Amino acid sequence: MIAMQKNLAPPPSDVMGVEELYMPTMARITRVQPMTNLEKLFNLELPEGLSLGHRPGQFVEVSILGVGEAPISISSSPSRSNGSFELCVRQAGDVTNAMHKLEAGAMVGIRGPFGRGFPYEKYRGKDVLFAPGGLGLAPLRSLINQVLDERSTFGRVMILYGARNPAEMLFKEELEEWSRRGDLELHVTVDRGDENWKGNVGVITTLFRKVSINPRNTVAITCGPPIMYRFVLMELLGKGISNGNIYLSLERHMKCGVGKCGHCQINDVYACQSGPVFPYSEIMGLEEAL
Amino acid sequence: MSLTILRKQNLNAFVAALLADYRVGGPVKLNGTYAFKDLQDPDELRLDYPTTILPPKKYLLPVRETLFRFDQDQPGVIQQAEMDPPTVLLGVHTCDLHGIRLLDRVFNSGNVDPNYVKRRNQTILISIECLRPCDEHSFCKSMGTLTADEGYDIHMVDLGEAYALDVATEVGERLLQYAEAEQASSENMQRLNNVFNEKWGHFPYRLDFDVSELSPLLKVSMKNPLWEELGERCLACAACTNVCPTCFCFNVKDEVELSLTSGERVRNWDSCQLDDFATVAGGHNFRQSRALRQRHRFMRKGRYILRSHDYLGCTGCGRCARACLVDITPVKVFNELYRRREAGGQS
Repeated sequence: MIAMQKNLAPPPSDVMGVEELYMPTMARITRVQPMTNLEKLFNLELPEGLSLGHRPGQFVEVSILGVGEAPISISSSPSRSNGSFELCVRQAGDVTNAMHKLEAGAMVGIRGPFGRGFPYEKYRGKDVLFAPGGLGLAPLRSLINQVLDERSTFGRVMILYGARNPAEMLFKEELEEWSRRGDLELHVTVDRGDENWKGNVGVITTLFRKVSINPRNTVAITCGPPIMYRFVLMELLGKGISNGNIYLSLERHMKCGVGKCGHCQINDVYACQSGPVFPYSEIMGLEEAL
Repeated sequence: MSLTILRKQNLNAFVAALLADYRVGGPVKLNGTYAFKDLQDPDELRLDYPTTILPPKKYLLPVRETLFRFDQDQPGVIQQAEMDPPTVLLGVHTCDLHGIRLLDRVFNSGNVDPNYVKRRNQTILISIECLRPCDEHSFCKSMGTLTADEGYDIHMVDLGEAYALDVATEVGERLLQYAEAEQASSENMQRLNNVFNEKWGHFPYRLDFDVSELSPLLKVSMKNPLWEELGERCLACAACTNVCPTCFCFNVKDEVELSLTSGERVRNWDSCQLDDFATVAGGHNFRQSRALRQRHRFMRKGRYILRSHDYLGCTGCGRCARACLVDITPVKVFNELYRRREAGGQS
């Protein structure tokens, strides 16, 4: 039996004092940037100089009181926090639809940060290959900018980004900036181009032939829609990168974020606690992972 | 700690005394069956109940509970929900004690769940030894939950004329002050021994293998075609998980008053058997088929929860077997997996 402090009631005694796991902290939206028809980038500030203290790859639970709560990955890097953080939010459900109606000044609830982020300290000295697909760029951007802000401690930095079409590309200005950097190899593709698109056309896996890598010294990081992982993994493994050097950020509907509610379970693993970031070596034996 | 005797004629006075100071939940007869319910009157208590539809879990993890309230007139102000009063749960069977022991571990480890722990800290457990199986669905003996040597404040054993009380905690000692109890005599002790010795024979083993084999058996059964067979039958009604003493998954949602100006965030029981349990916002469902959901349920009961929390997620109470409309029962499922494994994969 686990030892728990018993109140020797009666009379009824004060039962407060346990940390309030499910109570959000109210944060203010300070900026809203439309990115595509479906996604907006929200900048949020916690009260009284509180800082989120997150790692790249972690997520928060966002509350719109009266609508509900949803897990959203953090898009900004800790290296650029300045007391605020960014969430790239796709309109996909009740909470995110409601959030899209909010403007600067509005308050939303925040719990977290939750989950295991990227162990990027372990990537130092290695080449880092990012393969985000679609909205998968939102969580990876946090790590990409962290890596770029500590650029000299990493080897080559390669980003292979695939979007469905030019209109759905996220962080276009940043992609532009990255493309101008001499210390970063960026390749972008779209599944279907439009009349103005002059770049690559094809699924994300078509970009892999554009980079030659040293598999023994490369860490690969991927995040995207469920359908994408098998194909990207095949490319990465085909290039000789080991299971333990491939990291994935998996999507699940974490309702509590704290390892209780069960919604994010992958076999016996709670993605909100052991993930959402996993080395491929940890999930290849999990039947329900991908 | 110590053994005490409560004569049956003094039981009602004990319960009445408790009722003056506590909310007392106990088994009562309700619509032809039995349920844990807040007692209004000591006479309602039926300590000889076979089983209840819902386990006493509902007192610790309510079907629906308010996490906090909010009001549009005070944006950003969140009010905590009030807590239940101190509660005595009376007449808890040992299978359910094992269930509560697991819940204690789940909610008190890792990120401590304040709502559960607050309730649990002011809940006093008075359990009772089962002397006969509830019915043909019980398999507590196979699961090792036929008795309990911990997890209660006071444990009662029916000696015929009186109850023997094992007072295990300081809280239990305090509670005993409400009872006209007496020291156990050597005659009582002898009777107690006899009762314990006699009871074992009345309970059958229903698993065809030792329960320590269950987790390894499930490990090699991930791809067994039995899950597809269960998926064909399962109605995805979630009755099994709703009546389970160890299911603790929940949903979190906001409910708004009709005025649309205030509301509350609630959590309520949820079920991995329901279609959209593992669905994400884009619509992808990570356990789309009933077969995968049934597999998930049985894996949790016999393997996953054991791996994460050191206790099995099944107490052998038989409630899910009673509730299932298509006769999917743990005993049959576990025994069938065992039979197939013994047959060397030849089903």
